[in-house]
Amino acid sequence: MADIIKNIEQLQEKIKNCTQCLNDKINGKDGKRHIVVCGGTGCLSSDSKEIVETLKRLIDEYRLNDQVTVNMVGCFGFCSQGPFVKIYPEDRLYHAVKVSDCEKIIKEDIIAGNCIEQLLYEDPTTKKKVEKQDDINFYKKQMRIALHGCSLINPEVLDEAIGYDAFKALIKVLSMDQQEVINEILASGLRGRGGGGFPTGRKWQFAYDQKSDEKYVICNGDEGDPGAFMDRSILEGNPVSVIEGMMIAGYAIGAKNGYFYVRAEYPIAVKRLQIAIDEMRACGLLGKNILGSGFDFDCHIRLGAGAFVCGEETALLNSIEGKRGMPRPRPPFPAVKGLWGKPSIINNVETLADVPYIIRVGAKEFAKIGTEKSKGTKVFALGGKVNNVGLVEVPMGTTLRELIFDIGGGIPNNKKFKAIQTGGPSGGCLTEKDLDVPIDYDSLIARGSMMGSGGAIVMDEDNCMVDVAKFYLEFICDESCGKCSPCRIGTKRMLEVLNKITKGKGSLQDLDDLYELATTTKNNSLCGLGQTAANPVFSTMSNFKEEYIEHVTDKVCRAHVCKAMTKFEIDKDKCKKCSLCARNCPVGAIFGEVGKVPYEINQDKCIKCGACMSSCRFNAIYKR
Amino acid sequence: MAKLQGHAEALIRDIVKRYQDEPTPLMMILEAIQNEYGYIPLEVQELLSELLNIPVSEIYGVVTFYSFFSLTPKGKYVIGVCLGTACYVKGSQRVMDKFSELLNIKPGQTTKDGLFTLDALRCIGACGIAPAISINGKVYPKVEENKVASIIQEYRDLDARGE
Repeated sequence: MADIIKNIEQLQEKIKNCTQCLNDKINGKDGKRHIVVCGGTGCLSSDSKEIVETLKRLIDEYRLNDQVTVNMVGCFGFCSQGPFVKIYPEDRLYHAVKVSDCEKIIKEDIIAGNCIEQLLYEDPTTKKKVEKQDDINFYKKQMRIALHGCSLINPEVLDEAIGYDAFKALIKVLSMDQQEVINEILASGLRGRGGGGFPTGRKWQFAYDQKSDEKYVICNGDEGDPGAFMDRSILEGNPVSVIEGMMIAGYAIGAKNGYFYVRAEYPIAVKRLQIAIDEMRACGLLGKNILGSGFDFDCHIRLGAGAFVCGEETALLNSIEGKRGMPRPRPPFPAVKGLWGKPSIINNVETLADVPYIIRVGAKEFAKIGTEKSKGTKVFALGGKVNNVGLVEVPMGTTLRELIFDIGGGIPNNKKFKAIQTGGPSGGCLTEKDLDVPIDYDSLIARGSMMGSGGAIVMDEDNCMVDVAKFYLEFICDESCGKCSPCRIGTKRMLEVLNKITKGKGSLQDLDDLYELATTTKNNSLCGLGQTAANPVFSTMSNFKEEYIEHVTDKVCRAHVCKAMTKFEIDKDKCKKCSLCARNCPVGAIFGEVGKVPYEINQDKCIKCGACMSSCRFNAIYKR
Repeated sequence: MAKLQGHAEALIRDIVKRYQDEPTPLMMILEAIQNEYGYIPLEVQELLSELLNIPVSEIYGVVTFYSFFSLTPKGKYVIGVCLGTACYVKGSQRVMDKFSELLNIKPGQTTKDGLFTLDALRCIGACGIAPAISINGKVYPKVEENKVASIIQEYRDLDARGE
């Protein structure tokens, strides 16, 4: 049982000790070396847990227990290069480590003290090996506020969080009055990181102004956008920072209880959050009369059950209340009548993770980062056709060009950049002409997209934009809750039209119908999901009108994605008459003669599965 | 409506009790039942209705709203036979029929011993190795009718070893 931290002085003493301890560890002043291994979901699926176990076993075998420690930390963000193993005090970062590399790490690095060149990251342009994380281009333009402590502290050990700035903001807040806290958040210019971008301070003010015996803070961790995983990584990497943000929000509005609503698909995040809550309860940092200040606060976890619409705040409230996750009409807003009819604020994970930083360094400092109307940083989940897939935190106002080419390392295989989809299924795509626009809430909306939760999917010339719109519509159509007709029927009908177009059966009239359906769905739906459901259609239609027209008039898909409009053909000059394609064809559509007659595809029989193309060793088969 | 067996009823009562101090715990209870019981049949919903004093229609509404909850139990091994075009022309329907015959269930159903569920899949993008099937996510290439019996046996053995 941990000792109860009874007052602020005791906590300050504890912070001092833990900070010293963590610094000694990083700087090597404790005379030991420390290995940390990435424990994010991506790296865990590439055996990082086995890496930790193997390293521990080897340390036992070589009797190094008093000289070396091994710990699992949160996400490093550079997911395409994982799993990561970092060694302190050298601050040396090994990437793409395999279980079989563990022995080498122990023998060559830990025992012999040599850096293993082969495991270092190689800069793709200079071809030079990079030893330190900060020298890797991917990290250079980043600024970690919401991801503070992720990949550095062990998220399952409260003392490590305390050693890395946790609760400094809480101590400060306990000496302020509620309105002062809200003023600080208002002055910081912080806006909701979950999608809408509503000023956080104003939300708090509304809830504070309500008179009620009970109020609630809710953390929205129902991150459902395909391609977005920043909330999961924050909860997995530094759950204490989010809890602290929630406590500060609770103090400010006068709430005694906070609820985390987290997707059931995020078991690691839930587990680490629960560990942090339990540890904090055990030492009195959650519960009654925290630090003797008279402030009572406790946190609870509720799980989602696989419904995207529950990311919408009023649907989320219904879900916690044990109902179908269907949105409620607003007003009344949750700040007036929220969870169980009580005034409630709902903040996104990343928003709450920003709060302790704002209090700690001051609203003025925070407001220096970013653009005029969007302050601070934003975490993006960079994915799709980009070299450096991963989690990126950059100041607002960073351009898409910096994001995609400097940090993301550009498009693989020398393909041409076509578009980037931001904001998930509710957002839109941005193109070449938008590359130099500083990204913030307003600039994205002005260009027909939105910030959303921060998913950023890069697309190249091989992506068909009609198909992309169809992909998002399929998702939305599945996830529409069915409560209001414009969304329920509108998304279904839009999907039908898109299916028709991608099957080569569309007409110009279909394009007009699609636009009209999109407009009706947007204008008449009840909640954000329906109101934004048509965005992928609007933005692809306005940016790639010519592709839609080609699909319906010429029956051509220039990216060769829409199968009905794609033909596989064999280049007679390149064909070596080896018969491999014919043997791989599942329907026997390819004919020719081994060594004599070049092979050809019978287009009437061909089912366009692409098996021939992937089997050909001479690149003789192409799409048209 | 069939009555729940004693131990099942005890399990449900136990789960409900576990969350008795939580306000509006329905979702938490359903999640626990789904995790521990594997599915949430009508009998269970009726019992919950009694214990929680919530109309069974409302509980049914919640169970069918969220994709995490299931009304029918899935088998330990879920066999998906691809019926996409490429697999279909290479005889995946015959493979499906063979599974159906040997397991004595139709697509979408689960064997009485709870070991196997048979599902029809849309194209799984494995056209080059058609006909393909997937069992709990593991893809088997070029499955002929005559391999079906040995694949089923493989999983029966796996189960017998307790895996």
